[in-house]
Amino acid sequence: MNKPGVTTPDPFDDIPGTTLFDAQRSRQGYHLNMFCMSLMKAENRAAFKADEAAYLQKYPMTQEQRDAVLKRDWNGMITLGGNIYFLAKLFSTDGLSFQHVAALMTGSTQEKYAQMMLDGGRPAAGNRSKSEWQGRG
Amino acid sequence: MAKLVAGVTTSHVPAIGAALDLGKADTPYWQPLFKGYEPSKKWIAQQKPDVIILVYNDHASAFSLEIIPTFALGCAAEFQPADEGWGPRKVPVVKGHPELAWHIAQAVILDEFDLTIVNNMAVDHGLTVPLSLLFGQPQEWPCQVIPLAVNVVQYPPPTGNRCYNFGKAIRRAVDSFDQDLKVMVFGTGGMSHQLQGPRAGLINREWDTAFLDNLVTDPRKLAQMPHLEYVREAGSEGIELVMWLIMRGALDERVREVYRFYHVPASNTAVGHIILENDR
Repeated sequence: MNKPGVTTPDPFDDIPGTTLFDAQRSRQGYHLNMFCMSLMKAENRAAFKADEAAYLQKYPMTQEQRDAVLKRDWNGMITLGGNIYFLAKLFSTDGLSFQHVAALMTGSTQEKYAQMMLDGGRPAAGNRSKSEWQGRG
Repeated sequence: MAKLVAGVTTSHVPAIGAALDLGKADTPYWQPLFKGYEPSKKWIAQQKPDVIILVYNDHASAFSLEIIPTFALGCAAEFQPADEGWGPRKVPVVKGHPELAWHIAQAVILDEFDLTIVNNMAVDHGLTVPLSLLFGQPQEWPCQVIPLAVNVVQYPPPTGNRCYNFGKAIRRAVDSFDQDLKVMVFGTGGMSHQLQGPRAGLINREWDTAFLDNLVTDPRKLAQMPHLEYVREAGSEGIELVMWLIMRGALDERVREVYRFYHVPASNTAVGHIILENDR
């Protein structure tokens, strides 16, 4: 059970390459995610595309979060409190699919990632604990 | 009286909806998946349910981070397909069943399941893809649908045990509804998949298969599974599977497995589908 006042349940930290969208991340990423939400409207997508940096100023995000958006650093956005279903509004605006962005987040190409999925996906074996990822680059 | 006759679970991958909507269902990539649902389409056409209680999760469409209801029941007369950022799916408007929905809301709240009542809610792929898989592409959906949105995006989602018991409360509510209606419950989402981070693409066929087996024969055991195991074994988005336990809780203890289908991949996801009938 979680200790009172501890927002991140510790055992989840042991799962490699995975970020839990918990209370702390939700608070940290609130404005980043609400910016993404605004892109569900066509006129907002057009305004964002016309001047991305200016559009981002409308949302009280940290500069680090704005930079991650401008650079399309997807793992960076996740670390800074972005949630994948909100980030989906941003990559849909870019014309990218869930699979394309998933591939980018794994450091692979879309072609290699798509082939991995056709071959049965990333196996659970070797991917359950950070201890199994030690020595990876 | 209303009678709950069967439960269906299925994944609700958005790419499945896109494949149908863009006419790609017959391509080599998608054909095996849609073929797997052909027996289900025949089954449901014979069953002719009046109402489906459809358990799904909203994907930042109707609910942003402003309001995050754990359980939200759609009590409106109709629900529009959501614009998820690329225009709404061109699927029929979803017709609700306000009388049964309000009855369920009142009954389960008095039964100590304090859900949120929603009268205006767009429904995204989480709800419309399962309808497309079971009914194809009709002009109108052939039955009424009561959406039940569950939060599985913001940690923590409800526990599996809470979902299972909530299903039982829904069953008691349906059983006490004084109209002759044939009711089904759908549990959607899953199976193993992870959409984010360096571990994206995780698929765990062995775990998924055990989950399907236990869903049929030992749901009480399944209900005790902690969130940690879902995330570790089935991926960060695999936690959607707690929603299947609402469906299972609404069925009898003993059920008949009518059909099962499992397919990898649909985009990033292992697709699992099972049909259970109450054994009486």
